[in-house]
Amino acid sequence: MSRDTHAGSSRMRLRGLIRKEFLQIMRDPSSIAIAFLMPVFLLLLFGYGVSLDSEHVPVALVVEQPGVDAAEFAAAFHQSRYFETAVYPSTKDAEQAMMAGRVNAIVVLRQDFAQQLRRKDGAPIQLIVNGVDANTARIVSGYVQGAWGKWLEHYALQRGLQLEVPVQMEQRVWFNSELRSRNFLVPGLVAIIMTLIGALLTAMVMAREWERGTMEALLVTPLSMSEVIIGKLVPYFILGMGGLVLAVGMALFLFEVPLRGSLWVLFAASALFLVTALGMGLLISTVARSQFVAGMVALIATFLPAFLLSGFIFDIGSMPGVVQAITHLIAARYYVAILQTVFLAGNVWSVILPNVLGLVILASVFLGVTWRKSRKRLE
Amino acid sequence: MTAADTLTAVSPAASSPDRIALEVSGISKRFHVGPRRVPALQNVSFRVRQGVVTGLVGPDAAGKTTLMRLAAGLLVPDAGRISVLGMDATTQSLDVQGAIGYMPQRFGLYEDLTVQENLDLYADLQGVPEASRAARYAELMHMAGLERFTRRLAGKLSGGMKQKLGLACALVRQPSLLLLDEPTVGVDPLSRRELWDIVYRLVSEQGTSVLLSTAYLDEAERCNEVVLLHEGKLLDQGDPAGLCETMRGRSYEISSAGIDKRALQSRVAQTPGVIDALILGERVRAVTRDQTPPVISGAEVTAAEPRFEDCFVALLKQKTGDAQIARTAERPLSTDTDRSRTVIEVSNLQRRFGNFYAVNNISFAVRQGEVFGLLGANGAGKSTTFRMLCGLLPPSGGTLRVAGADLRHAAATARERIGYMSQKFSLYGNLSVAENLRFFGSVYGLSGKRGAERIAWALEEFELTGIAGFTSGELSLGYKQRLALACSLMHRPEILFLDEPTSGVDPLARREFWSRINSLAAQGVTVMVTTHFMEEAEYCDRIAIMAAGEILTMGTPGSIKQQARTEQQPDPTMEDAFVELILAHEKQVAA
Repeated sequence: MSRDTHAGSSRMRLRGLIRKEFLQIMRDPSSIAIAFLMPVFLLLLFGYGVSLDSEHVPVALVVEQPGVDAAEFAAAFHQSRYFETAVYPSTKDAEQAMMAGRVNAIVVLRQDFAQQLRRKDGAPIQLIVNGVDANTARIVSGYVQGAWGKWLEHYALQRGLQLEVPVQMEQRVWFNSELRSRNFLVPGLVAIIMTLIGALLTAMVMAREWERGTMEALLVTPLSMSEVIIGKLVPYFILGMGGLVLAVGMALFLFEVPLRGSLWVLFAASALFLVTALGMGLLISTVARSQFVAGMVALIATFLPAFLLSGFIFDIGSMPGVVQAITHLIAARYYVAILQTVFLAGNVWSVILPNVLGLVILASVFLGVTWRKSRKRLE
Repeated sequence: MTAADTLTAVSPAASSPDRIALEVSGISKRFHVGPRRVPALQNVSFRVRQGVVTGLVGPDAAGKTTLMRLAAGLLVPDAGRISVLGMDATTQSLDVQGAIGYMPQRFGLYEDLTVQENLDLYADLQGVPEASRAARYAELMHMAGLERFTRRLAGKLSGGMKQKLGLACALVRQPSLLLLDEPTVGVDPLSRRELWDIVYRLVSEQGTSVLLSTAYLDEAERCNEVVLLHEGKLLDQGDPAGLCETMRGRSYEISSAGIDKRALQSRVAQTPGVIDALILGERVRAVTRDQTPPVISGAEVTAAEPRFEDCFVALLKQKTGDAQIARTAERPLSTDTDRSRTVIEVSNLQRRFGNFYAVNNISFAVRQGEVFGLLGANGAGKSTTFRMLCGLLPPSGGTLRVAGADLRHAAATARERIGYMSQKFSLYGNLSVAENLRFFGSVYGLSGKRGAERIAWALEEFELTGIAGFTSGELSLGYKQRLALACSLMHRPEILFLDEPTSGVDPLARREFWSRINSLAAQGVTVMVTTHFMEEAEYCDRIAIMAAGEILTMGTPGSIKQQARTEQQPDPTMEDAFVELILAHEKQVAA
């Protein structure tokens, strides 16, 4: 049989492979679950359940010496939507409440609150924050300082005093002016979902073929290795884009995340990331030939980094230098940056293009290595 | 050649048997196992002629599958070359793959696709033109007897049907050479016969060349030619009849009215000049070193027709040197053995999975010291029955008593008195031989002095002393089997359950294993064994033949063979009897 006939019926072979793959996807509940149920579940969980905003933080307020000033300050605290204040008679009681986890912070107005307030270098309030969760601790201390500053301003204004603050800070929040964590979590989740479909599902279905002995039967047909790879890439690319449409639809219409950039930039970047994820999945499958190993490797090498090191939840800028360097190897990092920009800021090319370049490099590395490593052999 | 051309049948004249379909020259192949390189094939050379069926025969780990994969271009040899239909299997693998049909072990089917979808897939991959498909499908489905099942999922087919669908997929574009890797493993004897019929029809009608690997020695006799492999080396090559002929005058059958068959076997085995002695029903079959009949007092010795297995065993003996075949099976019968006492009693036992009956209303009783066999194909319900007997699976209905305990209520009590050896041997591959023994002893509460005594006993009794420190995962299959048996005997069980104990091991290891079982039975241990080896059933005192969850018949091997006796078939084999029973059962179900 000549080479021409291989090329001549290449379309027929690919058609056969792709049709087979779709039939299997439709009949295998676990594929459907990973491609469609998991995205919906994750979106609902992160959209409704998880919030990184701190509102109604329980705070203990200790007023050692009741007075007009102290009562005024306490009232201002009560009104804030950020705090849920409870008044305690002594510092000791408040400390016990903190131990028991009933409050996250203690604000103490000392006995000499009124006198200190009238002195220039006075430090009239004491703040104790539960630092176990450092993130929340920082937010809470910020909030308390803000509330204190506001009250002081108000206090000075009322009495016609000149408050001695050298520089006034005017705060404006851009891109996510309501500071809704949902607005950056939901776009980031799209990256997680695409990683699941592209890398985890693809690595597992390849391993399944090895496990069940069907790969051996495929390899003894006149298929070329590139046809085997394309036969896997195409169906899972389509499935991944389906998952993307679902996730973006839910983001825009259910969670009302704004889309300030254009839809086509979003889809083009997603397609590029999906190819990268498929490349990772196929690369894993060249070494992992059991579904268990493939699943574990895909989780550790793709899914967890996408969760932790992509900037999806944890800000890359505040990671140690070494870890920051490692994030450059994580494809999801580039994609999350693009997603958050396109959703919340718009088509900011100075952000999008460098990240696209990162994805292109990683995609070519993964697919290139897969190409070189996959031979039509069993060892 | 175009794809359309290959579809037109090659006329038998075009492929004269003198032409070579496959030539293997000086092939060696090693595999990495951890840090070591284990040879799978060592300098193997042979030729497969066109238009005939060549059998690649040998036990597990002989290198059969490696050779098949090398021929299909799936592996690259370390040395030597393989030429397939005039093409090099390594450098022209894509061309070779376009010309051959290949059925891997487990048939290479997509179980979540239907019969039709599997065919469509392989037709697409093999480039079968759309126009010729309908006719080809009809022909293949008719051949496989699957016309009515084209819309059924492949996973829902029986073992025999899967095997035939796998074959149909390998044949979807008429290949000039067909490679079948252990196509008959685990399917019932009827399906095995049907497969052989199909293979011979392909050869006679279309001149296809076939290379088929098998571990069943009785199948070798059905091939036109055989290539014998053992531990990666070529033992011999030739036509099976010719190989059998070399054994003429060396095969005998011995019977004695006065002597128990196990005692007789052990006596025959110790007779000078005898290299093999085997229980066959009520008689003992012996193979001698040369053409002198063995002399056994008080027994009748008659010359027997040589069989292929005789030849294989004789060849192996030559290779391995005349190691002692059967250990002394003769031991004083333990005095407290009451051979009329029933130790396993099963009545109307049922096991349902959903609305599928894996075991349906079976009843039998086994007496102390008896060797009782359950014979049947994969899926017949043997293993399910076993799991219920061992208290691993609760029955859906019926009663069963093992060693006097009702397993529904006192499974733990019964379990102390039974030993179980599973198909996969269930050893800890990364523990040493001694560590495995110690572990299995401690599981049964043997510790301290008693534990040490039993380990010493096992090492000596099973001749494992020399390898006590070896990692058990690296042992040969025969040694693994021996160790697994030792582990299951650590706590001196009264009843021993053996689930497919000898599947895949070579005939010598199988003989040795059975001589141990015989000696255990002689000591009063009750042995229950499942097997799909027809011949192994002959070693049992009584057998029950199972199919589709039911017992078709039960009795001594002799009486079961007797049932199948007709004028055309004066001396039926166990397989003949099995096939008769299945046919009769199918007729009954259809009626």
